[in-house]
Amino acid sequence: MNKTVNHKAWFLVLPVLVLVAFSAVIPLMTVVNYSVQDTFGNNQFFWAGLEWFEEMLHDDRMWNALQRQLMFSGIILAIEVPLGIFVALNMPKSGLWASFCLVLMSLPLLIPWNVVGTIWQVFGRVDIGLLGHTLEALGIDYNYTQNTVAAWITIVVMDVWHWTSLVALLAYAGLKSIPDAYYQAAKIDQASRWKVFRYIELPKMAGVLMIAILLRFMDSFMIYTEPFVVTGGGPGNATTLLSIDLVKMALGQFDLGPAAAFSIMYFLVILLISWVFYTIMTNLDKKGM
Amino acid sequence: MTDATVSSPAPTRARSFPKVNSRAVVMAIYLIFLLLPIYWLVNMSLKTNNEILGSFTLWPRDLTFANYVTILTDPAWYMGYVNTLIYVVMNTVISLSVALPAAYAFSRYHFMGDKHLFFWLLTNRMAPPAVFALPFFQLYSSVGLFDTHIAVALAHCLFNVPLAVWILEGFMRGVPKEIDETAYIDGYSFGGFFVKIFMPLISSGIGVAAFFCFMFSWVELLLSRTLTTVNAKPIAATMTRTVGAAGVDWGVLAAAGVLTIVPGALVIYFVRNYIAKGFALGRV
Repeated sequence: MNKTVNHKAWFLVLPVLVLVAFSAVIPLMTVVNYSVQDTFGNNQFFWAGLEWFEEMLHDDRMWNALQRQLMFSGIILAIEVPLGIFVALNMPKSGLWASFCLVLMSLPLLIPWNVVGTIWQVFGRVDIGLLGHTLEALGIDYNYTQNTVAAWITIVVMDVWHWTSLVALLAYAGLKSIPDAYYQAAKIDQASRWKVFRYIELPKMAGVLMIAILLRFMDSFMIYTEPFVVTGGGPGNATTLLSIDLVKMALGQFDLGPAAAFSIMYFLVILLISWVFYTIMTNLDKKGM
Repeated sequence: MTDATVSSPAPTRARSFPKVNSRAVVMAIYLIFLLLPIYWLVNMSLKTNNEILGSFTLWPRDLTFANYVTILTDPAWYMGYVNTLIYVVMNTVISLSVALPAAYAFSRYHFMGDKHLFFWLLTNRMAPPAVFALPFFQLYSSVGLFDTHIAVALAHCLFNVPLAVWILEGFMRGVPKEIDETAYIDGYSFGGFFVKIFMPLISSGIGVAAFFCFMFSWVELLLSRTLTTVNAKPIAATMTRTVGAAGVDWGVLAAAGVLTIVPGALVIYFVRNYIAKGFALGRV
């Protein structure tokens, strides 16, 4: 659609601007404020410059959390994206059965995040959970509160359970937009199932898949509640992801300066990725996706 | 297709002999994987604590609704649901009422800085709540809004307003511009046109945006827990109450969990065809 230039449109955007400024810019300025000052309590602050940033950059704690975070995001993407596409390809095309699948698949997406944590916390327990109990009966040593590998498997499977449907739903939306004529042409050419997927379905899904991958990357990058409920960041620090570490630092230990510096760097990483996301998306929009 | 069946009937018959549809099998396995943990929660919520801890049963032998009765009769419990509903509804109303005009502006006009503004809105959707928890706590404490419903509603606007703007913009782009122009020629004012003509046209978009605002405010816990103590405490935070001196009250915990799933499960049917669009910020 060709849009007209109209600077008065600013008045329509103004309410959003005021509201988001109140709930985003003011808090963000508070964070910046803390990140460059030091305090000895009693609301007395001293200029500290970039000290906290230097301290955080030389602190293994943040790097370790970042490493765990990247590993977590990498693993869940590697599982959820192929699995989501696979599920989407096997979904019924239309009819009652399709609606039924859509509704059931969406269910995990709409469960409060701490309840997702609770569900898996219970499900994985050896004494009362179906999964934990079954694994124990099979003779597999599984205890997510003490065993690092078990804890990781639990939070990864939980995330796969929680969010694979999102990838599948988006991929399904992309698949539905392919006209039947494409498949008929492929059939005339006697294209194999793999070739149909590689040259027809995958390119047509590229746009939505990009959105799915980047959404999953973002949301897994700021994940907090679910792993916190299940493992509390443990055993030890094994599942302490970035957000869990930050909340521990800011609200638990009240280390305002370092926590603020941490926040700003965390936010800058997100901002950078969002920018890449936005650029790719607007380019796809232009191509008529 | 017909050719293949006629020329080589044997392999076709051999293949169809087990009569198993592989697509259905894949979907069935996936759906079982999704539903099993939820089933387990429902199963637990219908058992007594003795049964949960004492014996391992796949379905409740000793069916009881006592856990649900506990929640629905104790104000400390059900007020959690009421509080959550209050701030979620407030948030949905605020988000939609500011997002509607803004989305219209983005879908119809070019104006100074529009692209930058649109991107900046997106960054707020991507902002980690953990970064904002402490500043929000201090901001709302200093203006005397701590532990009120409106504080949580405003805090959730951080990610819901951008979401609503993006979803609505996606739907509004689908409405031809000629409709606006015709309405102005017919003598409608902007306000009259917007409420009487435009909003009914994108009613499904408004419904989807409302659903997503409702949902994301409903599932969020970190901010709502940080900003409340007693009066506006959300149900999700109340669930920690089940950890008492005598250990965890598993049955009640499970029942509370099941009750938080209900609102989503009830409305999901109406938005099933738009759910991908909503999660993709209106970009599908």
